[in-house]
Amino acid sequence: MAFKFDLLLITLAVILSPVLSDLIFSKVDRRIDLTSQIVRISSTIRVENEGTDVVSEVLLTFPKEQAKHLAHIQATLNEGKGKTKGSAIKFPVDVVYPKEMPPALKFYSVSLPKGLNKGDSLTFDVLAVFTHVLRPFPETITQADVQFVVFLDSAYFLSPYTVKVQSLSVKLPEARIESYTKLENTKIHGSEIKYGPYENLPPYSFTPIRFHFENNKPFPVAQELVREIEISHWGSIQITEHYNLVHGGAQSRGEFSRLDYQARPYAKGASAFRNLVAKLPPRTHSVYYRDEIGNISTSHLWGDSKKTELEIEPRYPMFGGWKTSFTIGYSLPLQDFLFQDQGKRFLNISFGSPINDVVIDRLIVRVVLPEGSSDISVYVPFSHKQWHETKFSHLDIEGRPVVVLEKENVVPEHNQHFQVYYKFNSISMLREPLMLIFGFFILFVSCIIYMHSDMSISKSSASYLAKLQWDEVQTVIQQVQNVINRCLTIHDKLEASLRDLSRTGDVQACKAVRKTVDASLKELSKELKPLISFLQSSQQATHILPKVEELVAKERDLQERLVAKHTTVVDCYEKKLGGREIENRVASQQQRITTLRQEVDDLLEFIDEI
Amino acid sequence: MVGKIEPVNGSVKSGSNNPTNSATMTSNAKSDLLNSLSFKSFKLKTKQQELLIRVSILFLVYVLAFITRLFSVLRYESMIHEFDPYFNYRTTLFLTQKGFYEFWNWFDSESWYPLGRIIGGTLYPGLMVTAAIIYWGLRFLKFAVHIREVCVLTAPFFASNTTLVAYFFGKEIWDSGAGLVAAALIAICPGYISRSVAGSYDNEGVAIFALLLTFYLFVKAVNTGSLAWALASAFGYFYMVSAWGGYVFIINLIPLYVLVLLITGRYSMRLYVAYNCMYILGMLLAMQIRFVGFQHVQSGEHMAAMGVFFLIQVFYFLDWVKYMLSDTKLFQSFLKITVTSAVAVGTVALGVGTASGYISPWTGRFYSLLDPTYAKDHIPIIASVSEHQPTAWSSFMFDFHILLFLFPAGLYFCFKRLSDATIFIVMYGLTSMYFAGVMVRLILVATPAVCLISAIAVSATIKNLTQLVRAKPKVSQISSSKGVSNVKSSSKGSLDQSQPFQKNGAVALLFGAFYLLSKYATHCTWVTSEAYSSPSIVLAARGAHGNRVIFDDYREAYFWLRQNTPQDAKIMSWWDYGYQITAMGNRTVIVDNNTWNNTHIATVGRAMSSYEDEAYEIMRSLDVDYVLVVFGGVTGYSSDDINKFLWMVRIGGGVFPVIKEPDYLVNGEYRVDKGAAPKMLNCLMYKLSYYRFGELVTEYGKPPGYDRARGVEIGNKDIKLEHLEEAFTTSNWIVRIYRVKPPNNRW
Repeated sequence: MAFKFDLLLITLAVILSPVLSDLIFSKVDRRIDLTSQIVRISSTIRVENEGTDVVSEVLLTFPKEQAKHLAHIQATLNEGKGKTKGSAIKFPVDVVYPKEMPPALKFYSVSLPKGLNKGDSLTFDVLAVFTHVLRPFPETITQADVQFVVFLDSAYFLSPYTVKVQSLSVKLPEARIESYTKLENTKIHGSEIKYGPYENLPPYSFTPIRFHFENNKPFPVAQELVREIEISHWGSIQITEHYNLVHGGAQSRGEFSRLDYQARPYAKGASAFRNLVAKLPPRTHSVYYRDEIGNISTSHLWGDSKKTELEIEPRYPMFGGWKTSFTIGYSLPLQDFLFQDQGKRFLNISFGSPINDVVIDRLIVRVVLPEGSSDISVYVPFSHKQWHETKFSHLDIEGRPVVVLEKENVVPEHNQHFQVYYKFNSISMLREPLMLIFGFFILFVSCIIYMHSDMSISKSSASYLAKLQWDEVQTVIQQVQNVINRCLTIHDKLEASLRDLSRTGDVQACKAVRKTVDASLKELSKELKPLISFLQSSQQATHILPKVEELVAKERDLQERLVAKHTTVVDCYEKKLGGREIENRVASQQQRITTLRQEVDDLLEFIDEI
Repeated sequence: MVGKIEPVNGSVKSGSNNPTNSATMTSNAKSDLLNSLSFKSFKLKTKQQELLIRVSILFLVYVLAFITRLFSVLRYESMIHEFDPYFNYRTTLFLTQKGFYEFWNWFDSESWYPLGRIIGGTLYPGLMVTAAIIYWGLRFLKFAVHIREVCVLTAPFFASNTTLVAYFFGKEIWDSGAGLVAAALIAICPGYISRSVAGSYDNEGVAIFALLLTFYLFVKAVNTGSLAWALASAFGYFYMVSAWGGYVFIINLIPLYVLVLLITGRYSMRLYVAYNCMYILGMLLAMQIRFVGFQHVQSGEHMAAMGVFFLIQVFYFLDWVKYMLSDTKLFQSFLKITVTSAVAVGTVALGVGTASGYISPWTGRFYSLLDPTYAKDHIPIIASVSEHQPTAWSSFMFDFHILLFLFPAGLYFCFKRLSDATIFIVMYGLTSMYFAGVMVRLILVATPAVCLISAIAVSATIKNLTQLVRAKPKVSQISSSKGVSNVKSSSKGSLDQSQPFQKNGAVALLFGAFYLLSKYATHCTWVTSEAYSSPSIVLAARGAHGNRVIFDDYREAYFWLRQNTPQDAKIMSWWDYGYQITAMGNRTVIVDNNTWNNTHIATVGRAMSSYEDEAYEIMRSLDVDYVLVVFGGVTGYSSDDINKFLWMVRIGGGVFPVIKEPDYLVNGEYRVDKGAAPKMLNCLMYKLSYYRFGELVTEYGKPPGYDRARGVEIGNKDIKLEHLEEAFTTSNWIVRIYRVKPPNNRW
């Protein structure tokens, strides 16, 4: 069909052929690269002004059928050989619709930086990148077949200007060539076919040429790629890429035999591809590769200081027409891509997919800026659609501003850096942690309030009051226990002083201890009084009161006995009696003390259990 | 411990004023340790200290129960496991995307083609609604989580909640110590973990929580006689009904319990209030679940509850009459008349109801629980599921470990201190143990009971032992508390001891208990990590060099189906894979794990066991586009379709007598090698599994076509397919998909 259409186009061109200006192309060298699924046509054009007016625009023409698939076009100044390509000056290229032009053609205008005066000439390079122009033929193949594709173009450079000298070379992949159009001056060297030179061709000259050749290069086409670039000012940029991938080559038909594919993958499955390589920036971390139903375990990652390479295998080998979808995600260090400029921050990151040789039919880049960013502006070096959205992620209140960029027909040539400028206050970073802290704070405070608040409905009911009283009683008993325990400690002190006495014989020190002990014991008994009287008055305490009273009595008894023993021992020391003597005197007391102590302990434990 | 104010008990008892008596210090180490743990120096009230310890232990148990279930996420990934969870995940996804009413009215045309399935009326929505509420709650709190993560973590989360319920339950039936032990035991018990690891997004995950909660609330209601608790238990029951078909266990156990209380003369007003409120409200609530509906008052399984309900009214009436009549003799005769007439009326009502068809008879599933051999003879589809097999002793040991021995001990303690609550736990334990013996998967229901009863044993034993250990030191220690020796008092102290080595024995026993419990903990962790944390979608094996090899063939195949088949393609496979194909492959299946239509499954079984041309007719009539079989011959994966094939034959033959099991057997033996039955060698399943397998060398030194799963060389290596063609085979051949060719043009 395209073939016929082209013929029609020639007739049209011959009929119309209006002369645009007085420019001529004095020399055109075209090179067509057909080695991959992306077709790159690079032309070196020498343009001359033969008219009188100063001309600053040069028109380039492509047939509409081809222009539909044009993904990228760029014109750069050719400063002769030996110059580095990096410093090449780019000329802006725009679509124009000049009047009285055949509708089957599409025009692109290259704006020259300075006008071309009469007789001046200029050489520039044009690189046009096409996708989907290699048509598989036959359209369906079996697993064992190789893939053939057809490419159509014109042997002559289609141009609205007269072309004086032109030549064309076509680079095919190093494999079988089924057929190609033979014209005059056609030469073939291995996989390279040369046409020309042709001289003095009028405007809109056109001769169709057709190549039918084997191309088993992978044909991965991402029907849709959504790249989400999320900036976190806590130190990383997270990139998530959702691919909807299809093998864009000849459709596979018939059986898929795993046995054949396993045994001879290159013979039975030559057109299939099993892996893709993504070239990620250096210091990439937290890489993952998954799809809607989970992690895909077939991937490899290498990294060095210059780059990180991620090799991913889809879940199954991709034959013609087979589809898959997956997500890769990775994190990049913030400082490599985020910079500051005049009070604004800007993100400078690459636009396209990191996977080599993928044609992207529709690319959506979503740049998610942190919550609270303002004054957002975007600079992208080529045409695209753009709008704003809001995304809600963890702990967002008003949402994160999202810049969405959409571009169709994206090729690796679009892997250029683009910039997103925005203003962001660093204090806003702390908002979410503070919210979390505050949330937990509220939680704990409410717990405390709940524990301390009284939720009972009727404050006057008998059971409620009883509960309150019981609580009080418990507190008081606790206090009593506390006091008794302190008494016991003091008793221990007294005993200790006796031991010191037996060791050192220092009667005075012992007496001093006795004095302090007496004072503190008195104090404690004072403390105990109101507690006991409270317990006596309380109704709730009736069943426990006897025990408490017994405890207090026992303790008092113990106290008295201890003091008595102390006095005896000190007296004995003062009288300088022997150790045996003292022991005999104290023995009965000691026994009583021990049992009393035992009883007190038992009582304490009993009360503790309540 | 060396605060300004001397601690209350510990140091006084151990005589801190006497640094010389190291002997008592060592023997006292344990109580010292306890004391130092009790934060006495913070000057908290005893109650508060206890509360603090209890809350922190409970919190740790809560966290432990959650994290011990995360092995599978760490080993593999955050994914849904097994078969049924995929259906639950798919429905939850639908619920969160389309809302509750859409979900309730969902007619699913993607399964049971061409019949379809009314999802809203044929599932227990509790799990999905729970997950969706958690999801919406987190979203509301601005946590942008994915619904998959919520689904994966629902089961561990509910397992954690179960520990809390176990604590309260234990506290209710014994004391708070038993509650804590129960919480700790159930947190790591393998019997429960098997169904509640992260990713096991199944009804049981929340149902065990609901089950235990209902039981706890009911026991609480019986203990207090409070309407509020009874109401709460009715709601617990409602949640259980909404979550799992196992609610039938509750609605039979509780009446049985009430009946036992009535018979043993423990009837009380508390029981009357609790049961009536729980039954009436629970019934009304349960009938709101569409899947249950009027079954709750009509089906045979629920009749026991209703009978007991009427019986308890009779009891109440009798009680009232007894109160009104002072004459005992008169009452005795009245009692006779009433009981006889009540029983007679009940029997007649039951008979009339059954005869008129108002009361439906017991279902096969119910029968198979009461009679373990029933399913094998009558319902092959139930018998074909491995988790419906009777339990082996080893799996009891595997799932309960020391609990198996502590269980009888706990029963002993329960009988020793019989109360309404302990009677309940004893009945729950005994009945559920019986069911656990009947079906492997019902070990799950027995687990909470076993944990609670064992916790009583552990708690009571340790309490007794520590009392022994703690009680002794005083006498001996005080005797030595002074440098002055006192023969008399120490001899008196030793007289107090009833047995000379009691304390040492107690310490030894304590160590023994500690050893057993730590063994239990290690066993549980080991079982969890080794046996129960595999997603079964992704298979892992050890490679030749000790590296881990992953077989991700299932997902490979399902994703291929999802991406590379027409949107409306119908996939025929054995019913095991139905849920996974619809959830992961997003394609229509003929039969799935719901197994509601035996004939449909039998049709698929018949197709699989017929010759290719006969099967083709069946597949044409079912509009089948692709056939999926699972084949383990290359990897040695044993749960593949060839090993399940006899069930297909049996289920198919149950409906279509054309299919006869003996045709596939040779002398009663199932073989796939040269000696196999001719029908076997040429049936569709055999052909699809072994298509072109005869050319493949699977193992070094073996002939081509050596089946590693069954360890034989296959009998039919020259398989030609006429009506089907290989569409896809995964990298390890585990899943094979065939395309059904359109019929030939007739010209």
